[in-house]
Amino acid sequence: MRHSFHVRVGPVSFRIGSAWPEPIRQLRALYRDYPQDVGVPDFTVRLAPSRPWRRWVRPSVMIEGDYVIPDAAPLPVAHGLLAAEMGMNLQMAMGQRRFLLLHAAAVARDDRAIVMTGESGAGKSTLAALLQARGWRLMADEFVLLEPSSGLIHPFPRPVSLKNGAIDVAAAAFPDAHWGPLMRDTPKGAIRHLVPMPDGLAAGEQPARPVLLLFPRFGLAAEQRPVGAGEAFVRLTQASTNYVILGERGFAALTGLVRGVTRAAIDYPDVETAATMIEALW
Amino acid sequence: MSATRYRAPPAADVVLADLDELVAVFHRASGITHLVAPPVPDLLAAMAARWLTLDDLEREFELVDGDRDGLAAMLDEMAIAGLIERA
Repeated sequence: MRHSFHVRVGPVSFRIGSAWPEPIRQLRALYRDYPQDVGVPDFTVRLAPSRPWRRWVRPSVMIEGDYVIPDAAPLPVAHGLLAAEMGMNLQMAMGQRRFLLLHAAAVARDDRAIVMTGESGAGKSTLAALLQARGWRLMADEFVLLEPSSGLIHPFPRPVSLKNGAIDVAAAAFPDAHWGPLMRDTPKGAIRHLVPMPDGLAAGEQPARPVLLLFPRFGLAAEQRPVGAGEAFVRLTQASTNYVILGERGFAALTGLVRGVTRAAIDYPDVETAATMIEALW
Repeated sequence: MSATRYRAPPAADVVLADLDELVAVFHRASGITHLVAPPVPDLLAAMAARWLTLDDLEREFELVDGDRDGLAAMLDEMAIAGLIERA
């Protein structure tokens, strides 16, 4: 492709090619503090025009790569960074075999990690991002990588995709943070990517042992309940994109995870409350 | 007509993991995960690589005045799920 960019996030390397320079320029700026890996990439994403003339006329981006969604709607080139991020997620979701992938966020202190999972919109990205201001390093947003052989969580500290109101909240909490461009009117509203704090990036290759599995829900009065291992297991199989593909390795990894951690569902009205509840569970 | 017989896979062909009150069963032949409650794990162990009838199972578990219809229904469900064979 005409323009390209290589980057390593935790143990995974990506190559992103683009027909336009702008998405690559934005990626270089967003990922400026990540290793710019130029070896053979684990995954390739291509941002290509939806029709040849769409490179110039109302440019619109199709996400291509090792894996594609055939009927995905193209995005305007102004959202090219979002397309690249979606493409990276797609390659991971479809192609990752080394780790059990959980749709979740994770934070850690030293070598002990908390995995937070839940439905989209439950607030786990925002909570994970804001916990960075309270002594936690961000290990992952979107995808948590569980290594079947060791039971450890490996960091995958991609920029956190924050939406709408969460953008201003995080901007106030981290005035010196490094951000991607604000993208308005995406299919999910306004989106802006927050690069994890330096401690999260510096520990980008340090795995941690999961000790707490949390099912947080934002916007409700503070409440906490234990979650049975069976329920946690079912919810995590649903939150994994490659559980079935990994077969027995996935089964052993997931049953080992839910049996080895404290499990709790928490409802919280604000991050302060959530942080207090987490400290008590921790 | 002979009685219906049931057989579970050999113990080495399933992996069991206790999850509090439930048990996760990984069936190696199909790659399918089942989440089951007692007494299914006990039934799987009793029937592992052995053809047994309802009478055999009642004797094995000493089910006196047991819920024979309930047991038959459970075995049928396990057969439909692919956890055991029925012949």
